[in-house]
Amino acid sequence: MAIDTSAPSPTVSPTLRVGRRLRDDRRYALIFLGPSVLGLALFTLFPTVMALVMSLFNWPVFGNRTFVGLGNYARLLGDPIFRQVVLNTCLFVVLYVPLNVVVSLGLAAWVSPKIKGRSVFRILFFIPVMAPIVANAMVWRLMYQPGGLLDSVSQSVFGVATPSFLASSATAMLAIVVMSVWQGFGYNFLVFSTAMDQVPQEQLEAAAIDGANGIQRFRYVTLPMITPSIFFATTLTLITSFQVFAQPFLLTTGGPGNATQTLVLFVYNEGWRFLHMGLAAAAGWVLFVIIMGITAIQFLGQKRWVHYD
Amino acid sequence: MTDALTLARRRAAGRRRGAGLRSVISHFLLVAVALLFAAPLLYALGTSFKPSDEVFTRPPTLVGSELRFENYIDAFRFAPFGQYFFNSLLVAITGTAVVVAVSSLSAFAFARLRFRGRELLFVLFLGTLMVPQEVLIVPMYWLMQTLGWVDSYQALILPFAFTAFGTFLLRQFFLTVPAELVDSARVDGAGPFTIFFRIMLPLSRAALAVLSMFTFIAFWGSFLWPLIVIDTIDVKGTVPLGLTSFMAQQGTEWNLMMAASMLAMVPSVVLVVLLQKNLVRGLLTTGFGGR
Repeated sequence: MAIDTSAPSPTVSPTLRVGRRLRDDRRYALIFLGPSVLGLALFTLFPTVMALVMSLFNWPVFGNRTFVGLGNYARLLGDPIFRQVVLNTCLFVVLYVPLNVVVSLGLAAWVSPKIKGRSVFRILFFIPVMAPIVANAMVWRLMYQPGGLLDSVSQSVFGVATPSFLASSATAMLAIVVMSVWQGFGYNFLVFSTAMDQVPQEQLEAAAIDGANGIQRFRYVTLPMITPSIFFATTLTLITSFQVFAQPFLLTTGGPGNATQTLVLFVYNEGWRFLHMGLAAAAGWVLFVIIMGITAIQFLGQKRWVHYD
Repeated sequence: MTDALTLARRRAAGRRRGAGLRSVISHFLLVAVALLFAAPLLYALGTSFKPSDEVFTRPPTLVGSELRFENYIDAFRFAPFGQYFFNSLLVAITGTAVVVAVSSLSAFAFARLRFRGRELLFVLFLGTLMVPQEVLIVPMYWLMQTLGWVDSYQALILPFAFTAFGTFLLRQFFLTVPAELVDSARVDGAGPFTIFFRIMLPLSRAALAVLSMFTFIAFWGSFLWPLIVIDTIDVKGTVPLGLTSFMAQQGTEWNLMMAASMLAMVPSVVLVVLLQKNLVRGLLTTGFGGR
């Protein structure tokens, strides 16, 4: 036919040539993208949908599955333990996120470019971030152990034995938070200290000449300029802190009682100790919805305090 | 006149001396903070060389009465740490290879190939980053059961080797490669594969190294997924699983446990020191953070 373009023509118009290259690229794109599209489809998209499906079933690891509709979600809402688990997770988040941000922001401001050996601090603080979380937890089990470093220092200096941090419901969550801040703040420290390096030195000097002291310079010059980094760091820290698992699993196994059981620990227990995969999937989706909600709130709220140039 | 000048000079000098003193105090306090922060690690390191009966001494000691290097050998005798380390290395190295191969291919497509729906697909890619691992583990375990992969190496490697993080990181880097370079290669008749292997990959060595190291560390430290999918810890277990099972069985051998923990940290410490300048770029690579 006349409109058939497959026949080679001696004078190829520019648009036609672009058109052919687009088609060529598409074939290559299929090859280049194939592995990751297939992998993401099989190992991320499909499981995400399956998580939703499984949450609607009574789904034991072995045996018959029955459709229960929203039954699993109703059971979670009515379960006092699940309610406590959500509260525990929120308590962890409320303690951990501000502490992490304040410590990392404060230290990043303190360890300014003027400080000698700055890279040593960066390396030191980053080691626990990169170390296997299980190894970190082992170290802190030793720290918190009666007779461990904290206890023996307290006994030698004050003559008082410390409470058994991990065995008392009053201190267990706090102990987990302290360990988590120690392990995690190096990440935000690096984010903040990189952001502070971008603050123009002239502006800080100008503020100093105008008589602003260190705290004022930080509050009125540095802080407004690094709000995008603070937004990035708080959002990421918030998201990951809702997913806390290894610390309570390894330090307290959720105890004493259920005092430190968190959402992911609940998912693990339901799924792999009690073999209720449907209920575990539902709890996982509750976590997902909470995380999405928090992220949405963060993004909606950022207009008020985040300044992009 | 001269009086005013000397006065001003003296004042400036005083301010400098004040600043100098403040700087000394600031450095001193910072060293104290650093020591406080490092104390758990130093204490654990010291404990790993102590005889068992000196772990809980009062007052606490950093170094025991003797340095028992044998602790590190004993740890391997008490538990199959050799197997754990072999498994971890195998999984981390293979996993890293898969991640780097797959994500560099797709990053090239997003950065340099033109096809309809590219932007939409990229947004979809980034969207998968929102789904937390904890939502995926339940159906992923069922998938492993269905495939017959429970308690296997491929179950440790493949499920989390397809992440959009690497694609995103490398795409950003590929975009910085000058377009003229690619265009002139095209004019010379080079196809996408030639451009990818001959131009993009050699120019991106730094980014590839950063991605590899962070991916390696993520596999090395991974805990929740191996805990779920591995049944025979002494055969297929990774180092974190081995540490956990060692703690459950030999919970009182603190010096050996610290020795094993210190060994587990070695790759992390080495990579942090190697990465130094590139740590910041790596921050984007993986979902590190609060964990």
